[in-house]
Amino acid sequence: MINWLANPARFMRLSAKAVPWCSWTAVLVLAVGLFWSLMVAPPDYQQGDTVRIMYVHVPAAWMALSVYLFVAVASAVALVWRHPLAEVAARAAAPIGAAFTFVCLATGSLWGRPMWGTWWVWDARLTSVLILFFLYLGYIALANAFDDPSRGGRAAAVLALVGVVNLPIIKFSVDWWNTLHQPASVMRIGGPRIDISMLAPLLIMALGFTLLFAVLLMVRMRTALNERRAMALRLNAGAIPAPRPGREPVVSANTVVP
Amino acid sequence: MTEIGAFFAMGGYAGFVWSAYAIALAILGGLSVYSWRRYRDSIAALERLQQDLGRRR
Repeated sequence: MINWLANPARFMRLSAKAVPWCSWTAVLVLAVGLFWSLMVAPPDYQQGDTVRIMYVHVPAAWMALSVYLFVAVASAVALVWRHPLAEVAARAAAPIGAAFTFVCLATGSLWGRPMWGTWWVWDARLTSVLILFFLYLGYIALANAFDDPSRGGRAAAVLALVGVVNLPIIKFSVDWWNTLHQPASVMRIGGPRIDISMLAPLLIMALGFTLLFAVLLMVRMRTALNERRAMALRLNAGAIPAPRPGREPVVSANTVVP
Repeated sequence: MTEIGAFFAMGGYAGFVWSAYAIALAILGGLSVYSWRRYRDSIAALERLQQDLGRRR
């Protein structure tokens, strides 16, 4: 399946069909999820309406972890098998994961202030998620640090793999150390310990975030493949490489204008 | 308080709840818009290039 998909031409054909479908499904699922989270779900008997932050915070946290795993697996495939799409996928996914991680941290802070009485504590869970955010930023910086994209890609892939050690630390931080953060209440042995009236919107929002990730991943991969194709055409034609799309050409004060 | 007022008040936690949703919308919406624009640009650039090269041959 993966092997069959890992062909840029085939990916372009399939994703062209999948992007509109996934986009509309994502919009629909997120609309239902938001309505359910904000209007239907009951306030918590202890936390009141702040519990509604959970419907953004927890799915964002799940995405932060699973997107990192995706980046790491894609990086491993890129390093070992040199699959043409794997590195494109890892590069496309990393900024999406960073965005989810930031949302997780920011909403957590906004939830912590009224419930714990503090915006931030340097405890195991919060700190390890902050490290995850920096790993994402490091990956993005490294991937774009070299003029030769393949060198940057390899360096970033190694960083992504080393950073995998952080994932179990995040997951089990609430069990291994004393922390303000509560332990897992959904993904735990013995099943979820959360009422269906709150579990349902949580899972719908998680599905919506997953669909959003799928859409953004495909769109960003298509962009990268378009840009690579344009670069190849330019090189073949012997033309001067134009500036990278999305950026204005830089004319500094030192540029000699003929 | 009216029902709609109660909804926006979020049990006195309006600032926290709405800020959390606003940040999520801004970040994820912003990334979506940026990714989509860059995608459009990449298509346009590729088409321009293919036209130019076609004309030159």
